[in-house]
Amino acid sequence: MQQLRFEKAVDVTNLEKRFGSFVAVNRISLTVNRGEIFGFLGPNGAGKSTTIRMLCGILTPDGGSGTVAGLDVRAQSETIKQHIGYMSQKFSLYEDLTVEENIDFYSGIYRIPAHKKKERKEWAIGMAGLERHRNTMTGFLAGGWKQRLSLGCAILHEPPILFLDEPTSGVDPISRRRFWDLISDLAMQKITGFVTTHFREEAEYCDRIALIYRGEMIALGAPRSLKSEESRHQFFDVSCRNPLVAVEAVRNLPGVRDAAAFGTSFHLSTESAQVAQEALGFLHRGAAPDAVMEKIIPSLEDIFVSLIETYDKSHQGVSEVNQ
Amino acid sequence: MMLSNPAQPNQDVAIRLDALRRYFGSTKAVDGISLTIMRGEIFGLVGPDGAGKTTTMRLLTSIMEPTSGKAMVGGFDVVNDAESVKESIGYMSQKFGLYQDLSVIENLDFFADLYGVPGKDRAATYDRLLSFSNLTPFKRRLAGRLSGGMKQKLGLACALVHAPSILFLDEPTNRVDPLSRRDFWRILTKLHRQNVTIFVSTAYLDEAERCSRIGLLHEGKLLAVGTPAEIKCLMRGTILEVTTSSPRTAVTLLKHEFPADSVAIFGDRIHLAVENSELSMNDVNRILGRAKIAVEGVRSIPPTLEDVFVSMLAETNGSSYQLNISREAGKLE
Repeated sequence: MQQLRFEKAVDVTNLEKRFGSFVAVNRISLTVNRGEIFGFLGPNGAGKSTTIRMLCGILTPDGGSGTVAGLDVRAQSETIKQHIGYMSQKFSLYEDLTVEENIDFYSGIYRIPAHKKKERKEWAIGMAGLERHRNTMTGFLAGGWKQRLSLGCAILHEPPILFLDEPTSGVDPISRRRFWDLISDLAMQKITGFVTTHFREEAEYCDRIALIYRGEMIALGAPRSLKSEESRHQFFDVSCRNPLVAVEAVRNLPGVRDAAAFGTSFHLSTESAQVAQEALGFLHRGAAPDAVMEKIIPSLEDIFVSLIETYDKSHQGVSEVNQ
Repeated sequence: MMLSNPAQPNQDVAIRLDALRRYFGSTKAVDGISLTIMRGEIFGLVGPDGAGKTTTMRLLTSIMEPTSGKAMVGGFDVVNDAESVKESIGYMSQKFGLYQDLSVIENLDFFADLYGVPGKDRAATYDRLLSFSNLTPFKRRLAGRLSGGMKQKLGLACALVHAPSILFLDEPTNRVDPLSRRDFWRILTKLHRQNVTIFVSTAYLDEAERCSRIGLLHEGKLLAVGTPAEIKCLMRGTILEVTTSSPRTAVTLLKHEFPADSVAIFGDRIHLAVENSELSMNDVNRILGRAKIAVEGVRSIPPTLEDVFVSMLAETNGSSYQLNISREAGKLE
C-alpha cells in the first residue's frame, strides 16, 4: 500500500448530508489528530452513522469538504475505502473458519502483497495472543479473543485510521481493558482510533469525545474537561431509605432538572447549589427525613443527558417524535 | 430471612434458586447458583456475554429445565408447576418478541390472547400500559416502524398485559441509546413502586448501579451478591487516578513496576489499583518523575463496579491482578 502523507487523521469542515428535507448531518466540523482515540457519541438517529459513512467514503456529502488520512472525502472516496480499517461489535468473522483461515480471507480482501502475507498474519496472531489457537475454529473462541482477532483482521493492511463501532460491547471487563490497551498501543504508533458508541464504559477510554445530536455537534472535549467544565449544572447523590418516593417528590420542584433513582440513592441535577439545598430541606420535611446529600462529579452519561436536554429546551417546537 | 415453615413458602420471597445448574454437554452454562430475591426488589444479574444470564432467565421462566437443582418463582416450582410460573410472571426476551407487521395495539391484543386476559378488562389495561410507556400516540403504528426505544417499551407493555407480579427482563437496554435507557428505567421505577419484583440482566455495570441488589455472574457462577454499595466495599485497597500530560508513556512505565492488570488507561486518565494508596502515590511520583513525565495529579477515587468486577475476575482466573498482592511481588514482573 502506498504511504500517505498527512497532518490530521480527520479534518472536515461544514460536512452536511440531507435525505429529502431531512437534515441528517448539519454542518459538522471536526479535526482528529494522528494517534488520537476519538469518541463519536450520540443517540440513535442523531447522525452518527451518516457522518461515519461520509468519512469512510461510502456516502458523498451534500455540502462541506475535508480529508480523511489526507484524502479528499469527495474526490478520493474510493482510495479512502482502501486506507481505513473498520471493526464493529458484530465481529465480521467466519465462525466455521479457523483463526488462520479468517486472517487469510481478509488478507485476500485487502490484497496484501504475497511477500507480506506471512509477516502480517504472524503479527495479527501475536497481537491477539492467539498463538496456541491458530487452527481453532473461530466459533469456539471466547468473546475477548474473537474481538482481538477481529481487530487483527481489520488492520492487516496497516491502515492509518481505524473506525471502531461499539467494539467492546458485551465482553467481560478484563477483556475490554486488554482490548483498549491494544488500541492505546496502536495510538502510540500514530494509528488513529475513531470510536462510535452509546456506552459510557467505552467512551471513557477516548482522548476526546464529540457528542452528536439531531445532526449537530453539541459538545467536544476530553472526558475530564467535559465532566468539569461543560456542566453548567450541579450534580448530587442523595441517599435515603426510599429513593423512589424521594425522586417523585423532588422531580417537579422549580430549578430541579432531573432526578433518577440509582439503587439505594438517587442522582439529582439542579440549576444551582441553592436549589439542591432547598430540595433537600423539602425532603427532610416530608418524603425523606433521612436524606443525605453529597455533591458528585457527574458521569459522562449525566453530562450527555444534561446537554441534550439543554439543547431540546433551546430548540422548542422540534418534534419529539422519532420516525 | 428464615422460613417459618418450609411447607408454607414465605410470601415475601419472590424468587429462590437452590444450587441451580444447567449444562449443555460439557459446557456449564449455569453452575450451581443459589440466591433468594424478595418481593419488591429490582435485582440485576450482571455479567458479560456468555456468562449464563440468558440461560438463568430461561430456567426461571420455565422455558428450559435445569440439569439439577431447584428454583421457585412466585411460590411455584419452575419444573413441576411450569404453567403457574408462566401465568404469574412477565418475560421480555432480548428480541422483545414483537410482531413487526402488527400494530402496537394488535401486538398487545396478541399477548392478551396468549395470557387469556378477559375481553372486558383489556381496554382499560391497554390505556394504562400505553400511557405508562408513552406509546398512546402510536397505537396504530406497525411495530416494525417504531424506533428502537419505542419497540423496547412496547415489548415491556406486552410483558405486562396480564399484570404479573414478577417481571423478567433479559438485557432490555441492549442496543438502546442513553436517552431511551433513562426513559426505560423511569418506567421500571414506576413499576417497582407498584410492588412488581423485577429481575433484570445486563452486561453494563453502570446500569447495574440502578438496581437495589445485584449479582455478578461469570462462567455460570455468582461471584458476589449485594447492594451496589456493598459490592464496592468488597474491593480491598483503593483506586488511584493519575493524570499526566503523556498518559500513554506513563502507562507503559507503570506497567513495568505494578502488576500489568492493575493499570488501566482511560483516555486522559490512568487508573491504578493499589493496596496502600500513600506508598503507591510516592511510587507513582518517583517512577514518572524519573522519566521526566509531569504528574498533574494523583488522587484516590472510589472504585466503580467495573473495578470490583475486574479484581474479582482476576482472582478467579488466578491472574496476577490481586489487590492484596505485595508491592515486592509486583516488582518481580
